[in-house]
Amino acid sequence: MNIGKDLVAASAPPLVLAILAERENYGYAILKRVSDLSGGQLQWTDGMLYPVLHRLERLGLIKGRWGKSDSGRKRKYYRITKNGEEHLAVLRRQWRVVDETLRCVGPLVAEVRCLA
Amino acid sequence: MTATEPSSANGIEERIGLWRTYLLRRNALSDADVDELEDHLRGVMASLSEVGLSPDEAFLVAVKRIGAVDALTREFAREHSDRLWKQLVKSNETVDTTGQRVPEIVIVLALAVTAALAFKLPTLLGYPLVDGNEGLYVRNLSLFVLPCLFGYFAWKRGLDRRSCLLAALAFVAAGCINAYPFGPAHTTEVLVVLHMPIALWLVIGVAYTGGNWASSAHRMNFVRFSGELFIYYVLIALGGGVLTAFTMFSFVAIGFDPERLAETLLQPWLIPCGALGAVIVGAWLVEAKQSVIENMAPVLTRLFTPLFAAVLLTFLGTMAWTGSVVEVEREILIGFDLLLVLVLGMLLYSVSARDPQAKPEAFDVVQLVLVVSALVVDIVALSAIAARISEFGFSANKVAALGENLVLLVNLSWSAWLYLKFLRGRGPFSALERWQTSYLPVYAGWAAFVVVIFPPLFDFV
Repeated sequence: MNIGKDLVAASAPPLVLAILAERENYGYAILKRVSDLSGGQLQWTDGMLYPVLHRLERLGLIKGRWGKSDSGRKRKYYRITKNGEEHLAVLRRQWRVVDETLRCVGPLVAEVRCLA
Repeated sequence: MTATEPSSANGIEERIGLWRTYLLRRNALSDADVDELEDHLRGVMASLSEVGLSPDEAFLVAVKRIGAVDALTREFAREHSDRLWKQLVKSNETVDTTGQRVPEIVIVLALAVTAALAFKLPTLLGYPLVDGNEGLYVRNLSLFVLPCLFGYFAWKRGLDRRSCLLAALAFVAAGCINAYPFGPAHTTEVLVVLHMPIALWLVIGVAYTGGNWASSAHRMNFVRFSGELFIYYVLIALGGGVLTAFTMFSFVAIGFDPERLAETLLQPWLIPCGALGAVIVGAWLVEAKQSVIENMAPVLTRLFTPLFAAVLLTFLGTMAWTGSVVEVEREILIGFDLLLVLVLGMLLYSVSARDPQAKPEAFDVVQLVLVVSALVVDIVALSAIAARISEFGFSANKVAALGENLVLLVNLSWSAWLYLKFLRGRGPFSALERWQTSYLPVYAGWAAFVVVIFPPLFDFV
């Protein structure tokens, strides 16, 4: 499935935060995790992940540090901060609202209780 | 298969290196970003190799996956827009990591302070800056600062000992001018003051090019440097003016007498020392920001060439229409010299910024119109002046101004000819560039001639 640019851009921060909430990780592994979790359906242009990471770092939601890979090369690892965890919780709630709203209209199977 | 692997691995390292430099050329990507992207690239390549791709294939796929460089740069630039502005600081960092023993900034500041304090040297030797001694100070202005500037480039470029020695000789020779018994009219003295920096600028050029003065490309770089330094200097001077005004204002506010303040602080210290030190700092800034920010001199040239061409054409038209003649005053003669210098400067800087391979375009025609109209204006003025001189005889000022005019006239006439040939497709643009760079010593030669020969020739008037 080809997911549009805007949706990819909007979904990247919560996904990255959620993956980093599991444990400290680095760019390529984050990307692989996204791909695995979505069964290969979410494919990002690899390079685009890094500006996202840098923005999250600037906002103080994650923190990067330079470490070494197994082969001894320089590698930048990121971990989620306390602010990031709080922000992730907010994002999760927002996405749930969007998701549930979408399920309440149209032919999709409604597994949630709709208000209307 | 195994036999070819080492060479293939080397090839891959080389290609990764190339890819890195390609990315680094983009201002939006820092070293650290590229490190991170390289780690990613290797990660992708490793997992692709696991599923059976050759290193070459893995590299191609991985590069493709990272994304088109333009799109990537745009994303990085959006996140790090500040980088596009803060380059000056960054480029300094890279200078400091080149393994020099003394940080550049220390050298620069030391030289700037030396230049500033050199102004105080005569006072120390018993010639305070009072009436009667100003000549001494003004005469030596270029000697206070240019040796320091020379020192900076000699240090930076690692200039050989022979060139350093020759330069020292030139500076000492220039210092000997102080032995001339200048008269109270100051005519030749003013000429010396004006021409000394032009003559000594050649020495700076030798240091700037790191001894490669013979190379036309290096000379062109020196021309670019000179223009940028001028612009930086003007900017620094503007800032210095604000600083001076604020100093004045704040001290007067707490009850100091403005005149005494000017006599004790501003005139003997703040203004001259700042003006001399700023030359070194300006030179350093030009060096540091080279290749970082768009050069200003060519931009200004582009802006003003059509305007000046239009004004000159209008002027010529008006003169022909009304039949007015040029008034022959000394100031007018100097004014026309300045006009030629300006036109020459615009020519130089558009030449310096032009791609020699590019085809002629509309701007080139405008440039030629500017040069030719300046030449016509100058010839009209010269003929008037020649008549005047034959009537009233020679004076140091007139001969100096005439000489300059001639030097510039020769340059511009030949430039116009080469430009015309280029526009008609009969010659390469590089011929014009070479002409300009090989002409540089002529200016210095003439200036040195005025400095050394004119005072005795005109009885030290």
